[in-house]
Amino acid sequence: MTDLRLNILVVDDEPAIRHFLRASLSAHGHSVAEVVCGEDALKEVAMSHYDLVILDLGLPDIDGLEVTRRLREWTQVPIIILSVREHENDKIAALDAGADDYLTKPFSIGELMARIRVALRRTAQPSEEPVYQIHDLKVDLARRLVYVKEQEISLTPREYDLLRFLVLHAGKVITHRQLLRGVWGDVYKAELHLLRVNMSNLRSKIEPDPARPQYILTEPGVGYRLKVAEFDHDNK
Amino acid sequence: MAQNRPDPDKLLRDIQAEEKTRGRLKIFLGYAAGVGKTYAMLEAAHQRKREGVDVVVGCVETHKRAETDAMLRDLEIIPRQQINYHGVQIPEMDVDALLARKPELALVDELAHTNAPGSRHAKRYQDVQDLLDAGIDVYTTMNVQHLESLNDVVAQITGTQVRETVPDSIIDAVTDIEVIDLPPEELLDRLKEGKVYLPEQAERALDQFFRKGNLTALRELTMRRAAERVDDQMRAYMRNEAIPGPWAAGERLLVCVSTGTSGERLVRTARRLADELNAKWYAVYVETPADARLPQERRNRISRMMLLAEELGARPVSVPGQSVADTVLAYARRHNVTKVIVGKPVKSRWQEIFRRSVVDQLVHLSGAIDIYVVTSEAEPSPIKVPEGWRPHRPLGRYLGGLLLVMVATGLGSLIAPFISPVNLVIVYLLSVVVASIYLGRGPAVMTSLLSVAAFDFFFVPPRYTFVVSNAEYIITFFGLLAVGLVVSHFTTLVREQAELAQGREAQTAALYELGRDLTVTIGLDAIAEAIITHISETFGREVAIFLPEEEITLKVYASSPGVVIADNEMAVATWSYQRGQVAGRGTDTLPEASMRYQPLKTTRGVVGVLGVKPADASHYLSSDQRRTLDAFANQVAMAIERARLVEQAHQAEILEITDKLQSALLNSISHDLRTPLVSITGALSSLEDDTVFLNEATRRSLIATARGEADRLNRLVGNLLDMSRIEGGAVRIHKEECDVQDVIGSALEQLTSRLENRSVKLDIPAEFPLVPMDFVLISRVLLNVIDNAIKYSPSGSPIDISAKLANGYVEIEVADLGVGIPQEDLSRVFDKFYRVQRPDNVTGTGLGLSISKGIVQAHGGFIAAENRSGGGTIVTLALPLK
Repeated sequence: MTDLRLNILVVDDEPAIRHFLRASLSAHGHSVAEVVCGEDALKEVAMSHYDLVILDLGLPDIDGLEVTRRLREWTQVPIIILSVREHENDKIAALDAGADDYLTKPFSIGELMARIRVALRRTAQPSEEPVYQIHDLKVDLARRLVYVKEQEISLTPREYDLLRFLVLHAGKVITHRQLLRGVWGDVYKAELHLLRVNMSNLRSKIEPDPARPQYILTEPGVGYRLKVAEFDHDNK
Repeated sequence: MAQNRPDPDKLLRDIQAEEKTRGRLKIFLGYAAGVGKTYAMLEAAHQRKREGVDVVVGCVETHKRAETDAMLRDLEIIPRQQINYHGVQIPEMDVDALLARKPELALVDELAHTNAPGSRHAKRYQDVQDLLDAGIDVYTTMNVQHLESLNDVVAQITGTQVRETVPDSIIDAVTDIEVIDLPPEELLDRLKEGKVYLPEQAERALDQFFRKGNLTALRELTMRRAAERVDDQMRAYMRNEAIPGPWAAGERLLVCVSTGTSGERLVRTARRLADELNAKWYAVYVETPADARLPQERRNRISRMMLLAEELGARPVSVPGQSVADTVLAYARRHNVTKVIVGKPVKSRWQEIFRRSVVDQLVHLSGAIDIYVVTSEAEPSPIKVPEGWRPHRPLGRYLGGLLLVMVATGLGSLIAPFISPVNLVIVYLLSVVVASIYLGRGPAVMTSLLSVAAFDFFFVPPRYTFVVSNAEYIITFFGLLAVGLVVSHFTTLVREQAELAQGREAQTAALYELGRDLTVTIGLDAIAEAIITHISETFGREVAIFLPEEEITLKVYASSPGVVIADNEMAVATWSYQRGQVAGRGTDTLPEASMRYQPLKTTRGVVGVLGVKPADASHYLSSDQRRTLDAFANQVAMAIERARLVEQAHQAEILEITDKLQSALLNSISHDLRTPLVSITGALSSLEDDTVFLNEATRRSLIATARGEADRLNRLVGNLLDMSRIEGGAVRIHKEECDVQDVIGSALEQLTSRLENRSVKLDIPAEFPLVPMDFVLISRVLLNVIDNAIKYSPSGSPIDISAKLANGYVEIEVADLGVGIPQEDLSRVFDKFYRVQRPDNVTGTGLGLSISKGIVQAHGGFIAAENRSGGGTIVTLALPLK
């Protein structure tokens, strides 16, 4: 995928950050356009075709969160948020608004490239992969079977649904709310402890060391993320 | 000779008086309405205005007289405020508006005017005082009959008592008096022509008042008073110029205040005499033991008299004593009094025969002191002082006396066959003594008489008749009677004395107790509480303490339970605070208030105000109580000042510590912020420098350094932000059911790279319940704690993490095999910017653990460090399960 040439729109009011993003992304062979405010971003996305939007939350005119919402009204272009806001509520808000990922400044370019790849994979390969594999974990979505070290693991329907939801969004941070809605439906929106208990059980079945999970990672206060092979080299 | 030398203090005062700090008062004095005071005042005001003085009319009554009205036209008039009194709007001078306007000269008509209830002051002259204090000159008008000390004289001349009076002290402080004179004939002519305004109700008195004789007398009085004043000024001038002259030979007067109705007249006479002699004077009231049984009404009378004396310029003193004459003379000698003024006693001839009057005693004992006896009219209806020192159940005590006589008689008849009748008297004597001691004077006298009768009837032959055969028994009767009277008199006296002493003792004890309590009490709150308790106990009154906030606005600091201070009461308290004068109930300033406000004065100024509210609204404080309250107020003021000083010292100390801490913080932060920047800048500038060739390995290492330092800087900034959020209270704990393993896991996940060569042993029991906590914050705590364990233990050594449930808490332990913490530092490692000064290569801000502490405490939990047996440190954090 590194050979893919992408049209990327960078929305940030800090010239230094735009400069560094342009330099790094261009070095990876992508073409980069820059705007400094939300209104311009909305116009730009409407007028030209972009494969990805890198968006700052603290924009001088309208908040990045609002930009995300407005974009999501009509386009599914992948959006990666870059922000100094590190509170989990900001992350949840952005992800729930439709952002694909969230990176807290400062970040390493390697981390950003990995997130870009994950975000693109979702749009680039919309069809479900029948089999997902990372290290010793294999999930066969077509046959609803889960293997660890080639050993079949028996999961409850809920645990399987949970895993399946994460597999379908592999690499992406899924908020608690998104998980609850996707697995239990809207009714259970507030029942966070159901998620905690099922997650704990699921991990104890698939993780070699449930206390230091390798597959399902916890995003503190935000949700979970299923690790994908690309992240192996991140020094996060 | 020494007396003739001008007193330097007085000179200084006179000089200060001349300095324009206080406004000057000029009075246009007339002897009756219609002499043209107001007109003269307006004329003078115009003259001043032409001179360029800023003149404003505070209030002037023109009574619709055309020429006076015309005079007003060119002057700025401050509109009067409407005082609502029982639904009636009464226009009164707007003192506040005047003070706000602050002209150079204000015109205020009718100095003696009494303000409508609800005004700032009861009397207009008090308003004028306020204006003068504010540095405003005042022109005012007054008739001579309104002068306090001439009140009686005028009443004698005209036959009408004037209610509105002005204290003489006001006139004494006046800068100028201008007598507005008009021959009586002309005044009477003007009156006939209807040029003089008179209130309707006064018309009836017209014939009585506006008689030529009256007017002439009043005119003379006015002239004399003004002349006295001129005389004073002359003396003051001579003093200033050090002209030796006929100095008043240091006369001092003392007036004995008593409960007689002539008291007021006596006090006024004394004032006149003192004035004429230019003497200092005292009003002395001797509190004898017998006064304890005076009715409240009489006591209030004394209070009023003392107040009057004070108003007239006397120094009021109450002295306790057994004998009026002795006490007065002793006081007089102590204070070099030269003349004692006393009222002529109103006593019946009978009383005069048996008891020497106070006047007689005074004259007899006075020695070098002159005694002036002032005549007084007879009391119209003397108020009967109830006999007996115990007003309650007097009948019971008389019956007791009767019973005693019956018992004595019974006893007597039992022993009568064995002893001679004369000795039986002893039995009766016994009952008389008992009655004297226990029943009081009246019953004792009755018992004596009954005893005589019973003895005569039952035991003196011929028995069962009142006939006495032997004349010697007459002596026995009188003896019995005399003994009864004498014993009862003395026991009553002793008892009264004891009661009075007890009263004083109780007050002294209360004062002592307050003092003792205040010395051992620390902190303003505790002191305020002690003050309120003591004062309510001693005076049986509600108390409030007002203290200034930020040295400006007065606030109720503490009060008796249930006391509510309304805004207008607050204004009175504020007045008292600003002026340093007593105000409110029982005083002259704003007497409508429900409390008496006593300023708390110390050498450094007024520290606050003490409000005291009587339990019964009609109760005045007796002079004795006032004295005690004064003493209390002094103690209270000192205590409050002491508390304030301690507080200030404490705050200064805190400030100093904070200062030190802040400079330490700045040092620490600037060091910690700069160090990574130094490395980053260094690395980047090396890479930028193309004059030097760097091989690939060096380049990589420089880049890695810069990157690592940037991460460190980021962590530091994050920590500083967290710290300020926690300290600023911006961190909200969002508790939810969390999987402890997940929390620990997510902390470990963030430390993955730093834990590469470490083995982490995790010990969490199976089926561990979910625990309520803020997932993010606790995982940050664990991150900090584990990070510390990594920093302070040798590379490669294992880290043990365990969780367990104990006593309603979940306890998470993080244990390392590191260097441990010196015993004395164990409790300090969670302090801000504290770092155990050991491994030199360890970096950090010393913020991580204090942030952790803040978070855990916000959860209602605790965090502690201990040394592990066998080396290393264990940090335990405990979070409540509920």
